[in-house]
Amino acid sequence: MQLTNRAKKLEKKPMTLAERAYLPAIFQGLSITMRHFFMKKATVRYPEEVRPFSPIFRGLHVLKRDEQGRERCTACGLCAVACPAEAITMVAGERKKGEESLYREEKYAISYEINMLRCIFCGLCEEACPKAAVYLQADKIAPPRYERDEFIYGKDRLVEPVSPDARSIRGIQLTPEQADSLRSNLAQQPV
Amino acid sequence: MSPIFLFLAFVALLSALGVVFAKNPVHSVLFLILTFFALSGHYLLLNAQFLAAVNIIVYAGAIMVLFLFVIMFLNLNVDTEPHKPALAKIAAAVAGGSLLLILVAALKDIAPTGAPQDATFDSQIGMVDRLGLVLYQDYLLPFELASVLFLVAMVGAVMLGKREAGERNF
Amino acid sequence: MIELPALGWQSIVIFVVFALSLLIATYCTYAERVIAAFLQDRVGPDRAGPFGLLQPLADAVKMFTKEEFFPGGANKALFIFGPCLAMITALMSSAVIPFGNNLSFGNNAFFLQGIEVNVGMLWVFGVVSLGVYGVMIGGWASNNKFSLLGAIRAASQNISYELAMGMSLIAVLMISETLSLRTITLQQSVAGEWHFWNIVKQPLGFIIFCVCAFAETNRTPFDLPECETELVGGYHTEYSSMKLGLYLFAEYINIFVASAVMSVLYFGGFNFPFQYELRSWLVENHDWTLAAAQNLITVLGTVGLFLKIFAFIFFFMWVRWTLPRFRYDQLMRLGWTILIPLAVVNILITGGLILLGVIK
Repeated sequence: MQLTNRAKKLEKKPMTLAERAYLPAIFQGLSITMRHFFMKKATVRYPEEVRPFSPIFRGLHVLKRDEQGRERCTACGLCAVACPAEAITMVAGERKKGEESLYREEKYAISYEINMLRCIFCGLCEEACPKAAVYLQADKIAPPRYERDEFIYGKDRLVEPVSPDARSIRGIQLTPEQADSLRSNLAQQPV
Repeated sequence: MSPIFLFLAFVALLSALGVVFAKNPVHSVLFLILTFFALSGHYLLLNAQFLAAVNIIVYAGAIMVLFLFVIMFLNLNVDTEPHKPALAKIAAAVAGGSLLLILVAALKDIAPTGAPQDATFDSQIGMVDRLGLVLYQDYLLPFELASVLFLVAMVGAVMLGKREAGERNF
Repeated sequence: MIELPALGWQSIVIFVVFALSLLIATYCTYAERVIAAFLQDRVGPDRAGPFGLLQPLADAVKMFTKEEFFPGGANKALFIFGPCLAMITALMSSAVIPFGNNLSFGNNAFFLQGIEVNVGMLWVFGVVSLGVYGVMIGGWASNNKFSLLGAIRAASQNISYELAMGMSLIAVLMISETLSLRTITLQQSVAGEWHFWNIVKQPLGFIIFCVCAFAETNRTPFDLPECETELVGGYHTEYSSMKLGLYLFAEYINIFVASAVMSVLYFGGFNFPFQYELRSWLVENHDWTLAAAQNLITVLGTVGLFLKIFAFIFFFMWVRWTLPRFRYDQLMRLGWTILIPLAVVNILITGGLILLGVIK
């Protein structure tokens, strides 16, 4: 059965003298390797040289804050439902009075954990989130660890740092004015 | 009797004794190789460089490798050593003793002739070119006969190694 | 100028050659890795020092600090003796190689050669044939099936290829009519004559010798003694630490010696083209004394010889990363049914040509 026209007909002829002598073939091989000797090297010298991330790369998750520095997540659980690897668990809690500057919605996540060993970085949580709270960063990789439990990322490592300058490039980008107002907001907050 | 000669003689005798007395056949072979080296040293002292080199190449380099080869394959050790009957031991002792006796008897009357006379002494006698001339002029027939012997041995080896039709090959 | 007795000069030469062999072997490990990398479009070790030049040092530290391991039931004395023997035999053979012509200071002429003996080639050959003991003893003393198999393979391979090697040598010796490596070198360039290196007279012999040199040094495509796909690691399976290092080192020294022998026998040794023209030009046009000009030629010749040696070492490594390993039966068939008859034919052709007066 012929599937394509690319098949090559192989004929088994007795070897010619040059083929049996083996030396021409050796020199052919040597010339091939010598060509590679002068070719451009494929190596990326890692610590000094970093390969650029792909524009659609999805890396480590981040839980975003809004313009006033409040956590956007409302612990609806849609991300956990959407997650095909069942990597996300969370515990929801009710916002107390006086916590309005910390959490944007009345319900928030007391704990929010992503198991990075289970996560397949598909980005379905990002798509599922109605509050634009969870994002996969385009420039961060989940780093290697020695212990399994170190791969379970809690809120301490997931929530975006409060400092407005340490924002990821993906998600909401603050203008300088917004950053200034956020800073003053944070300064007024009771510790 | 230069110190080098004494040293070489000492090594040769000691390693030759080691060949006989070593329990492990591999050690025996290694001692034998050492003996050959000491003998090659003697050849060098006698200004016979070619003989020394050939002794190392042929005996130490080729024949003893084959010896070692076979011994390693057979895995000889104390457990597999066959128990020899007392009669064989006595016979061996008698035979060896009488050989020693003959050697001593034959050699005891030899007077060392000392250093060769300066007029007849030729220091280049052991060199390759001289040896070649002697071999190919004076001893051509024995030389060729020896090579025929080797040829026969080679043919025999090829015959042994040849696969016959229908024979199981591994 | 300090007056040196001849023996003192020789011992200096031997010491320098010894140190050089070790140095070259050390940097061979580095060169092997870099060349392998370059042939595979990589860059190789480049972290330790500039261009990774301190890598051999790092490797040595690693080798020395690793655990010394003795396998159970191993013959301990022979287990240690094996690598030592491999190293000794590898180092011994470079003693007779002429690394340069004579240097003359006043009335004293010094030869850049360890020992000049009139059986130099046989000496190299004999020592090379002893090299197999290190491998065999190490393999046997390890008390391991795979080591023993590797050792036995190594031994039979070396014995088989020694024959073809010796026969290809005989053709060279027929032309040169001497066993002294120095004389063979000097014959390849005669003042005032158009003289060729031996490679022109012995192309077939050189190919046979080169193939056998690969087999004798256990290099790919003949590295069956350490064939890891079949024998785990070959004769040095059980070796660790610097004892393994000595085996690997001995291999590189053997490559160095094989390269040196090939350069001397077939590529003119320390001769380089137009050396006599250069000498007479210096003497006539620049008022150099003959001795000074000769000394310059000698130094240049030594540099040239080392360039030839490095070229051969590069060739060894180039081939290693090009050709796959032979199968064992192919190896034996190549040695016994192709190379040895070819070598005999080569002897016959050479004899015929000498008889007809075509080559001398």
